[in-house]
Amino acid sequence: MTNSVVDAPPAQVPDELTPGHSRWHGLRPYLPLVALVVAAVLPYSTVNLPGIFEGPLNSPGTLQLLAICLVFGGLAAGYDLLFGRTGMLSFGHALYFAAGVYGTDILVTKAGLPLWQAAVLTVAGGTTLAALLGAVALRTVGIAFAMVTLAFAQVGAILVARDFGGLTGGEEGLPLDVSGLPSALVGVTNTVNLYWLALAYLALVVLVVHRVSGSPTGRVLAGLRDDERRIGVLGLDPYRFKLVAFTLAGGLASAGGVVYVLIVGGASPHITSSELTLSLLVMVVLGGPGTRWGPVLGGVLYMYLDHRLTAFGSSDAVDSLPAFLSHPLSQPLFVLGTVFILAVYFFPGGVASLRTRLTPLLTALRPPR
Amino acid sequence: MVEPVLSVADLSVRIAGLHILQGVSFEVAPTGVTVLLGRNGVGKTTTLRAIVGLTPRGGEVGGTVRMGARSLLARPTHRLVRDGLGYVPEDRCVFAGLTVAENLRLAERRGTTPAYDKVFALFPELDRRGRQRAGSLSGGQQQMLAIGRVLLNDNRLLLVDEPTKGLAPKVVTEVAEVLERVAESVPVLLVEQNLAVVRRLASDAVVLSAGRVAWTGDARELLLETALTKSLLGVGAEVKA
Amino acid sequence: MNTVVLLTLTGLGLAALYFLVASGLSLVFGLADVLNFAHGLFLGVGAYATWWAAGNLPGAGPDGLGFVVAVLFGVLAGSLVAVLVELVLIRPLYSRTIEQVLVTVGLSLAGVALLQATWGADPRTFPRPAWSRQVTSVLGAQVPNAGLLLIVAAVLVLGALLAFLRWTRYGLIIRAGVENREMVTALGIDVRKAFTLVFAIGGAAAALAGALGGVYFGTVSPGQGGSLLIFAFIVVVIGGMGSVVGSAYAAVAVGLLQQFVNYYGTSGLGDLCVVGLLAVVLLLRPQGLAGKVAHA
Repeated sequence: MTNSVVDAPPAQVPDELTPGHSRWHGLRPYLPLVALVVAAVLPYSTVNLPGIFEGPLNSPGTLQLLAICLVFGGLAAGYDLLFGRTGMLSFGHALYFAAGVYGTDILVTKAGLPLWQAAVLTVAGGTTLAALLGAVALRTVGIAFAMVTLAFAQVGAILVARDFGGLTGGEEGLPLDVSGLPSALVGVTNTVNLYWLALAYLALVVLVVHRVSGSPTGRVLAGLRDDERRIGVLGLDPYRFKLVAFTLAGGLASAGGVVYVLIVGGASPHITSSELTLSLLVMVVLGGPGTRWGPVLGGVLYMYLDHRLTAFGSSDAVDSLPAFLSHPLSQPLFVLGTVFILAVYFFPGGVASLRTRLTPLLTALRPPR
Repeated sequence: MVEPVLSVADLSVRIAGLHILQGVSFEVAPTGVTVLLGRNGVGKTTTLRAIVGLTPRGGEVGGTVRMGARSLLARPTHRLVRDGLGYVPEDRCVFAGLTVAENLRLAERRGTTPAYDKVFALFPELDRRGRQRAGSLSGGQQQMLAIGRVLLNDNRLLLVDEPTKGLAPKVVTEVAEVLERVAESVPVLLVEQNLAVVRRLASDAVVLSAGRVAWTGDARELLLETALTKSLLGVGAEVKA
Repeated sequence: MNTVVLLTLTGLGLAALYFLVASGLSLVFGLADVLNFAHGLFLGVGAYATWWAAGNLPGAGPDGLGFVVAVLFGVLAGSLVAVLVELVLIRPLYSRTIEQVLVTVGLSLAGVALLQATWGADPRTFPRPAWSRQVTSVLGAQVPNAGLLLIVAAVLVLGALLAFLRWTRYGLIIRAGVENREMVTALGIDVRKAFTLVFAIGGAAAALAGALGGVYFGTVSPGQGGSLLIFAFIVVVIGGMGSVVGSAYAAVAVGLLQQFVNYYGTSGLGDLCVVGLLAVVLLLRPQGLAGKVAHA
């Protein structure tokens, strides 16, 4: 191994808009709150957005899709704690999410525990797992670390697929036994509650990531991302800080798993695959690593596209294209993978950098006063 | 003043936010050894690496470096080297897993005849140890290999970074002797901490301090002025001949 | 005894498959520092190109010389795709390691989806020469010929790679570049040409693995490369990145361990043991069995 430190994604400096936008400026700190309120009251809307969603906003189908998007927004934000903010390239983040999903499912369905106990045990277990595996994996750095985390996650995938002890249901997956769950979380009419739960999860992750990155620990993590040696020179132990970030991100991911299993009503083995971790990486990079809202946007957008492109692929517009176009376009992963490669080349800062990139253009287009 | 073989003007290097070189300007005479001096961490190695195009990724390089009429910055390293810029890096950097002969063979170039006789005349040891792994050579032998590798081809200028670092006193003398003979035919820009070696080899001196040039001139003059030497280089007043 | 021989030989067959994928990965990583997630795609391209050629290419077929032609076509296609990937996608990002990994990740997602879009998600029956479906008696054990074919191919590739690294100028450049890439350029060598070359070699080896793996498993499907890739990664890490010989040793260790434990223990336990082995090796020797040296 030569350069042990994985090159970190570029640090994002939120550059302020040009002067002359003072009213906008004053509102900016409250925008997250406004967005949260809008998202929270959204289920009361019956607006129909043809082409964007299949039903009105408050229909269960739309709400479930939105809830999944929100969970993945949170998941991507948590993953960014590793990738964008500490410069750690983990290829095994799916493991902790899957631990949350399967842990809750097994404890509720097989062990018959009440949901809150299952959730607490699962998150505690997922966090412990992340701490233990992180302690081993972090003895390596850079690309070796990426491969080790990938291998550990593969263990999870094998365990689930081989169905040891009949716990996981193997290839079939494990439907969640809803009989013991609180009634407010069960049934199509209560999808809105799951939506709010997902929103709460997202808000929690964003808050935690924001607090951590603003703290002294967060500054050390940013230092590790930019140049690990400098942190070592300061007499701080990079290993311990990285382990803290790894454990925290793992815990957040398993919490996301708890919410996710409630939304989709069961566990299926594809969430243990390395493809899910790769998707998380795609979400973060598409959104903008190391930014506050980029990963969230990336996660929400990715999941939305992943679901909607399937419908788009089978639509008449695509079907009428010649086969060499329509076949690839009907594969969401082909479209997303291609967009991702283009994004790596042309938008290294992700969606979050679009505004700053567009600012000069907008300034140029604005008529002179 | 004769035309310099290398002229560095206003060279600045910024790596990971640190402004390591801040407008360094100096010239290298077309004959003899020009020595680049300074305390640890003032940017001597950074200067050599910037000249040969090996500034790490993310580093920003400004200013101009010219060899004859040609501008060197922004050209890839392998082209510069093929145009006659020989580089002997700090810590030797021989390929430890390759044999001595393979290390030398790597430096051969298509279209030119490698000067093995010249190299083996200077370093008979390299001929004898051809099949030995370079990693098992002593520090002095590795240094000989690193220099020999570069001398297989014709060079217009040699950049040599701390060739005596970590070597035993007797070996230091040997390396100095070799460099003295090498410098008879090709100009050398040398980074060196050992003032005895500097006294023996250098005709001109450039002293760096905190990323800037603090002093340039005749090397002997610098070493005679003990007070100046002490303030610039931080070494004791007595410099052994 | 028969069982042991059979398990050893099938384990070696698996090891051969791992080695074919891992050797290229290891060289690409050792020289260019690129963790190539698209390597599984080269394998898929090789498998599908062989499958396509056997049915459509004049002169190629599922048997005899035609089969050799089909495999050659597959290997060529894999190599070509690998070279294109290096030239078009990897080279512009020279020395920007993270972006290179990201691009190969995107490529692995898009590439597999493209295979799926073209030939469907379901496994296709692979053209197999009749003899590859038979068994040979070795020390009393009935060993499938397809497995023996894999072993022979891997040994030949190993020999050819070592000879190439040991005796040719580009082999010398690659070995030196794995040790210290920067110093190779400081000797006046354009190391990026060697990058293209290791991609071509790695792509060819992976494509061969795809073609012969198709014969071994009897089917070809778009996701095949991905699952093999993870074990190939493990082999690369255990063997020491950049070392062809290390990859060979590690592939044998992983293949045998997996086969024996899966047989004598529960199915799937062998896979877990492999990851356990990885953890142990990393704790004891973080640089892998052979370190970062491309031994000849």
